[in-house]
Amino acid sequence: MSDSDLEAFRAETRQWLEANCPPEMREPVRDEEDVYWGGRNASFKNDAQKAWFEACREKGYTVPEWPKEYGGAGLTPAQGKVLRQEMAAINARSPLSSFGIWMLGPALLHFGTEGQKQRFLNEITNGEIRWCQGYSEPGSGSDLVSMQTFGEDKGDHWVVNGQKIWTSYADEADWIFCLVRTDKDNKYQGITFMLFDMASDGVSTKPIKLISGNSPFCETFMDDVTVPKSYGEDIPGYVGEINRGWDVAKYLLGHEREMISATGGGDRATSLGAVTSRQGALDPVLRAEIAMFDVDALAYTAMSEKFMDELKSGKGHPAQPNMMKYAGTELNKRRNELVMAAGGSDALEWESEASNGGKAARGWLRTKANSIEGGTSEVMLNVISKRILDLPGA
Amino acid sequence: MPLYYDDDQAMLAETASQFMGEEGSIKNQLRHWRDRDCKDGFGHALWKQFAEMGFTGMLVDEDDGGLGMGQVEAGIVLEEIGRNLTPSPFLSSSVLAATALKHGSNDVKGRWLSDLISGDKVYAMAIDEGPKHRPERIATRAEKSGNGFRLSGKKDFVVYGASSEMIVVAARTSGSNDDKDGITLFAVPQDASGMSHDSVRLVDSSMASHVSFDNVELDGDAVIGEVDGGRTILDAVLMAGRVGSAAEGVGVARGAMDMTVDYLKQRKQFGRLIGEFQALQHRAAHLYSEVEIARAVTVKAAQLVDGGSEKAELMTSVAKAKVAKAAGLAVREGVQMHGGIGMTDEYDIGLYMKRDRALQEFLGDQYYHAGRVAELSGY
Repeated sequence: MSDSDLEAFRAETRQWLEANCPPEMREPVRDEEDVYWGGRNASFKNDAQKAWFEACREKGYTVPEWPKEYGGAGLTPAQGKVLRQEMAAINARSPLSSFGIWMLGPALLHFGTEGQKQRFLNEITNGEIRWCQGYSEPGSGSDLVSMQTFGEDKGDHWVVNGQKIWTSYADEADWIFCLVRTDKDNKYQGITFMLFDMASDGVSTKPIKLISGNSPFCETFMDDVTVPKSYGEDIPGYVGEINRGWDVAKYLLGHEREMISATGGGDRATSLGAVTSRQGALDPVLRAEIAMFDVDALAYTAMSEKFMDELKSGKGHPAQPNMMKYAGTELNKRRNELVMAAGGSDALEWESEASNGGKAARGWLRTKANSIEGGTSEVMLNVISKRILDLPGA
Repeated sequence: MPLYYDDDQAMLAETASQFMGEEGSIKNQLRHWRDRDCKDGFGHALWKQFAEMGFTGMLVDEDDGGLGMGQVEAGIVLEEIGRNLTPSPFLSSSVLAATALKHGSNDVKGRWLSDLISGDKVYAMAIDEGPKHRPERIATRAEKSGNGFRLSGKKDFVVYGASSEMIVVAARTSGSNDDKDGITLFAVPQDASGMSHDSVRLVDSSMASHVSFDNVELDGDAVIGEVDGGRTILDAVLMAGRVGSAAEGVGVARGAMDMTVDYLKQRKQFGRLIGEFQALQHRAAHLYSEVEIARAVTVKAAQLVDGGSEKAELMTSVAKAKVAKAAGLAVREGVQMHGGIGMTDEYDIGLYMKRDRALQEFLGDQYYHAGRVAELSGY
């Protein structure tokens, strides 16, 4: 695509956003309800949220770069970048947040059958089904492959027993993509990547209360859950091959790291100093620390842009998401430490209206998980050592 | 514009990498001239080769006989200069002075540019007054005198000043020392009467001058741009020089990191390669991450400068500060991980540490630029 075509697309996009993105959807996200997740039980917070979601769904902009037949808009990487830039320019919110978009979708696009793509991807992009991810287990954190949840082969189905932990929003999700051991004798080639309905008999969830006081995660229990091997013609109940789910999981972990580095990370173009200094004068040493943070954070925005450009053109190092995840999450933790320092005793308030229900303090505590979930910083450094720097015995 | 090199830029990077790695290597250039106590601090033969490669005039407009390239391309050359610690007047002559001359009249360009492009002459840039970079304050004065000016004052950290046939001097022609306006740039020839150099060797073996101007008589045609209108030119020169020195710093960081990672794969202690120790692996991986980010923001800043973006000044300061942090980490970790031999002159890792130290100070260190980031962000 020529530069002039791209500029025409930019003009068109700007016009479309102007016409379709309501003013309320250009405000910063303030609470959980400002994020639309879709799903069977979803409700819109207000008309603006509904109108914005529906406009994007019709246009394919819930997943702009996915193929049109699966609900996307079929944009090229260059067009996708233009759309992101134009959305960022007006602070447009994401119309649909979804583990289906971020994680299952990429796995199905890579490993799925045509039947799976037709059904599951369209359900995701239309906001009909909300997915959750069943990876970690109580005894398997960083050492994920040691997981024990077992599916006993019963011919046309499995009977699954076990427990998952850190399942994001499992209590609100409709379906789960879940790693299940199907061969006890084969550590890496004995796991199957299963798909099943959270309403199935034997599935139960229990929210986990975090130090932030919030409960975005659950424990998920599976007690004799029947998982069919097929949901119809060309729609297997698993992704990839039976016993080769680890390949899918590894592929997806890469995406999860990208997602965390892109959304939860320090990837913000706004200067922290500009925000915090509005609350009152900063102590000189704190101002200096914030300035040093802004240097790192603004530099990281350039790295994010480069990373996305390389990813979309296939030029990047395959292990680079690990570096992004490491740097982005460490930055975000630092950012929140500085937000607390700048906020002083106001930032300590836990429930008051003035503090927006303790947003600063709860957010600060929540970010401590950034460098644990989806692979700890230490695991990321191990991967960089081994796969990028090629250090011995790592 | 994607944040990676296009085909032409990738080819330039390959050419520059090969050239600097061979002709401009530490052994052939930095050590060679240093060990002979060379008073220039760089090799003129290599500088002629720079000209043959088209590097000397790469930022000069095509209409003026140059290649009309931008900061991204200059950054590609500078990154290779940094990796190989190649001593050359490229940054001072072909980036700083060339950017200043771009704003000159046709007479000024005609007088100076062809010798810069051919590699026959090198030029320097005189900005700093005192040991820290504070270009907001300029006390060196040029008073009207007949049809010309009379220049008095003192400039410091004039890199390769004594070897330069001409020095671009930022001087005050009106207002008080801290005024933004009232600055004029002058092209001062080497033989100007009343100009004297105290040329000193720096920690990285490069040469820099303390230059004194004692009633130096200058013709009116020494003026670059407009009288009293030099601040905008100076800002452009500073931006080009800062993003350029950031690119060189990225090269220094990469050179030191590559050398160190190689060493981790060779050195054995306690019967194992030291690269097997997780304590070192994690530090090396963290360093990799910092250097990658520094490199990305440097290319981004160069693109913004070339595109004339309003964000160019901010991101240039971000790049200069980030590179200083990353390259500083690279050389400190480099020396530490090399252990005892890292302290020896025979090993190159210490040379990276020295060059980094000089580059940190050049056109503002990380503290100066973090302060700029705060000011430009409104706090």
